[in-house]
Amino acid sequence: MLHLKLAWRNIWRNKRRTLITIFSIFVAVVLSALSNSMQIGSYDQMIENVAGLYLGYAQVHQDGYWDDPQLNNSFGDSDSLQQKIASVDEVTHVVPRIESYALAAGREQSRASLVIGMHPEKEKVLVDPQQKLVKGDYFESPSQRAALVSEGLADYLNLSVGDTLVILGQGFRGMSAADKYPITGILDMGMPQMNKNTVYIPLHTAQELFGAYDRLTAYALMVEDARSVEEVVTTVRSRLSDDYEVMSWQTLMPELVQAIEADWASGMIMLLVLYMVVGFGIFGTILMMVAERQYELGVMMAIGTHKATLQIMMVLELLMISIIGVIGGAIGSLPFIWYFHLNPIRLSGTAAEAVEQFGIEPIVPFSTDPQVLFIQAAIIFGIAVIISLYPVVHIQRLQPVKAMQK
Amino acid sequence: MAVIESHELVKIYDEEGVPVRAVNGVDVSIKRGEFSAIVGPSGSGKTTLLNIIGGLDEPTSGTVSIEGTDLFALDQNERIDFRLHHIGFVFQAYNLIPVLTAIENVAFILQMQGKPNRECRQRARELLESVGLSDKIDKRPNELSGGQQQRVAVARALASKPDFVLADEPTANLDSTSSANLLDMMAELNRKEEITFIFSTHDQRVIDRARRVMTLEDGKIVSDETREPETA
Ligand SMILES: Nc1ncnc2c1ncn2[C@@H]1O[C@H](COP(=O)(O)OP(=O)(O)OP(=O)(O)O)[C@@H](O)[C@H]1O
Ligand SMILES: [Mg+2]
Repeated sequence: MLHLKLAWRNIWRNKRRTLITIFSIFVAVVLSALSNSMQIGSYDQMIENVAGLYLGYAQVHQDGYWDDPQLNNSFGDSDSLQQKIASVDEVTHVVPRIESYALAAGREQSRASLVIGMHPEKEKVLVDPQQKLVKGDYFESPSQRAALVSEGLADYLNLSVGDTLVILGQGFRGMSAADKYPITGILDMGMPQMNKNTVYIPLHTAQELFGAYDRLTAYALMVEDARSVEEVVTTVRSRLSDDYEVMSWQTLMPELVQAIEADWASGMIMLLVLYMVVGFGIFGTILMMVAERQYELGVMMAIGTHKATLQIMMVLELLMISIIGVIGGAIGSLPFIWYFHLNPIRLSGTAAEAVEQFGIEPIVPFSTDPQVLFIQAAIIFGIAVIISLYPVVHIQRLQPVKAMQK
Repeated sequence: MAVIESHELVKIYDEEGVPVRAVNGVDVSIKRGEFSAIVGPSGSGKTTLLNIIGGLDEPTSGTVSIEGTDLFALDQNERIDFRLHHIGFVFQAYNLIPVLTAIENVAFILQMQGKPNRECRQRARELLESVGLSDKIDKRPNELSGGQQQRVAVARALASKPDFVLADEPTANLDSTSSANLLDMMAELNRKEEITFIFSTHDQRVIDRARRVMTLEDGKIVSDETREPETA
């Protein structure tokens, strides 16, 4: 109690300095929490976009497909295979696809496009093209003869709903793949790259087009928790034969992982600088607190105060300042994080382009993961605790006579 | 019976290779109830001697025993406790903990001794009354005059019922009225409660009040006279 009283009163001896120190800790927590939330939020967004919305968090292919993605590396679809995969607990959905590049043509123009055969119902948990319709209607069945065309491609080919789309390409085992389909809808894919060249046709129609009956190029998997993908992949792999490859989004998109890592590293450097700045700020305060109280500490020791008492007192002073700053900062960052979570920052210019090339929407929603805030607050508090070792050491060496010499 | 007994006390400071004998073979014996002054020119070793007797500084050689306890046979922590329980200190200035009120400053010593809060406050109040500050108990040091601060310091020094009180130039920062008041008060405590006081001073009026005057020169006691003080 005595310690607490002394410490509390001591920190208010120099109100301005204490307030400045508290404020600097406050700002440090807010800045580090915000920048970290932004970073992690943007990664979540990337992963969500690429993995959650397009690739799936993991994929199963014929072994070798990812290195050489062609229809000859497709595999036979079967209920028992799907069942095997779906029986893994964390796997929530198995989405079948067959895709290949082919020429999409209108009356005058043509363009190499990605033709994706998908199951209209099952695909809803992933890309959900129905949600992306800007015109027309969605597929009614997996064997309907119809096509959904992305906006950019439709514009380029000068086609719209009701027009006929011609597809020319190569099918399974070198067969020619050529057919024409009425366009039932136009899609806005959200991402410029995909908007330029995507065609969806129903799964069975696509298998027929490519002459790849009951064959698929991939099962895209949705999992319960994005963080545990690697474990899920291992489990799924262990249940399948060597004829299949099972890949997590990290292996499917190593560039994305690299981009995240590089960004994380640069973010860390920024944070380190920030930590150092606050660290020195707190250290400066403690230096002054110790220096200007040298005489007083000497008197206290002379009249019989143990060093431990003085050490506890000064550590408490620093802890009080940091706790106020850290808690204040944590509370203070909540509204910002929440605001930017609901109103993501929209990137523009080169930053936007860089992100879009991965097929990611150029927005940065902040992560509301409480861990982010907690970790940043804990780190800054930890810095303060480490700095409070200084007065401990200083007092340990203090001699009353020396301290009281003016 | 001697409260303080020193034997062959020597303190040598090494000033850039030149040894300074601040205390140079001091044998002093202080009896219970004394009211003694240590005088001498600046640099003669008064502060050094008081610091050693009070266990704040260690002698280069020699011993100090207080009520039979060899002060420098104690380790650092034991000596801190010894000071807390047996020795009262009054310094020249800035004696008090600035963030504590007068009563809290006095009670501080008792709280560190682990006495219950009520008792601490009660005794601190009585002590402040005995130094004539019953109306200032809740003032912080910066709200008190220099003389009042020194009185609080004396009250604090008495809190633990010490074997003796050491006061290094307690009046050096006070005007003559405050000095006289402080001296009166200390003399009265000495007379009524048999508190042993040892103070160092340059101040002739203070010297006149002492009943024993030891004169230091170059770290040696060159004269030691006991007499009846002049009444103020
Ligand atoms: N920490 C120290 N280091 C080196 N020399 C010291 C130290 N403390 C005191 N001295 C020297 O020891 C001698 C005695 O000093 P001391 O302070 O005891 O004298 P004093 O009688 O109290 O003087 P004053 O009346 O000015 O207070 C002086 O020569 C001083 O310079
Ligand atoms: Mg002196």
